[in-house]
Amino acid sequence: MIIEGLSSLLIGFSNFQWSHGVMIAVGCALLYLGIKKDMEPLLLVPIGFGAILVNIPMSGLMDEGGLLRHFYEAGVLTEIFPCLIFIGIGAMTDFGPLLENPRILLLGGAGQFGIFLTLLLALALGFTQLEAVAIGIIGACDGPTSIYVTSKYAPHMLGAVSVAAYCYMSLVPIIQPPIMRALTSEEERKIVMKYEKKTVSPTLKVLFPIVVTLVTCLIAPMGTPLMGTLMLGNLLKESGVTDRLVKASQNEIANIVTLLLGISIGATMSGPAFLKAQTLIILGLGLVAISLDTAMGIFLAKIMKVLSGGKVNPLIGAAGISAFPMSARVVQMVGQKANKKNYLLMHAMGANTGGQIGSVLAAAVMLSLLKGMGIV
Amino acid sequence: MQNMEFGLTLTVLGMGGTMFILFLIGLIVDGLNKILLRGEKKEEGRG
Repeated sequence: MIIEGLSSLLIGFSNFQWSHGVMIAVGCALLYLGIKKDMEPLLLVPIGFGAILVNIPMSGLMDEGGLLRHFYEAGVLTEIFPCLIFIGIGAMTDFGPLLENPRILLLGGAGQFGIFLTLLLALALGFTQLEAVAIGIIGACDGPTSIYVTSKYAPHMLGAVSVAAYCYMSLVPIIQPPIMRALTSEEERKIVMKYEKKTVSPTLKVLFPIVVTLVTCLIAPMGTPLMGTLMLGNLLKESGVTDRLVKASQNEIANIVTLLLGISIGATMSGPAFLKAQTLIILGLGLVAISLDTAMGIFLAKIMKVLSGGKVNPLIGAAGISAFPMSARVVQMVGQKANKKNYLLMHAMGANTGGQIGSVLAAAVMLSLLKGMGIV
Repeated sequence: MQNMEFGLTLTVLGMGGTMFILFLIGLIVDGLNKILLRGEKKEEGRG
């Protein structure tokens, strides 16, 4: 009896596999990046800890009826968490710089090219059509969108795709500058873009989320949950009459959902399921996707430079991704290194908020096309 | 549907659709801003 009792206390050790050990180390690495390096700590800390918890043998956290399984099924598989996060993001985003220069929205579209080019690459590497869609969406550089699409069409890849999306988002200051320098000349980086504050009607700020919702959702209705929640959050903010809801969206809702989302994603990273060659390929393709986004954004900005008679600095194209506001800050930093008198921040902010809309829109268009083509 | 046919269709229509919708939103927003500002100036003039 005593020996049986003692052996039950060793059950965790007796069921411990090498893959659990590796994933606990990965969880610790994510905690290190979040805590010591300040890389997306709000997400990497719960994801890292979730990864540690789920790799404790016999803990039962992801078994039927397990605690993390409840969070995962109720919030991730139902797509509720990413949509709630979008309400918070919408309530925190100021589309003012974008409204001053709406043409810059196109840069937010060019920053999504990586999604589609990476999708082609994933197909060429033998992934199934829906897996390729989930991998390509890492190029949206937008965590909630990646989670929404992957949980819908390739839930077995959710851990790898989410970790790739959030890690690369936080690595934007490291990934983007070399690409920006390689694709632009010193002369181009020195171009000074004057910033003249243009008048935007206060009514337009309220109408903007409604217009975006109607236009995008009527053309690509499958993306309505994403675009609708993002724009709902922004409408709450700009309407000026729902202060309590705005504060709740920016704080309580965003914080609680971020915590539960993070720990649920970490819970998908159990050793035997996560440690595959496929995971490494997904991480590699994610890096390719974000690099291609940056490159294509710069190329479109170069075209704008030619069309505007040299008034546009091509660097702002790199901000057409969804990683807000890191990407805009990187553009400002690289621009100022080339020319100390250069202040690209407001232009880059416009492109960056355009990237937020562009990433959700690209996903919405892709989902609607999949439905139209009979793939889903 | 073959994988490459699927991928190319999604790329062309997906990217084209995204750029078209963003262009459309840009046009609408630009137009709305001009109309609203004109209206607001008229109201200020009356006031």
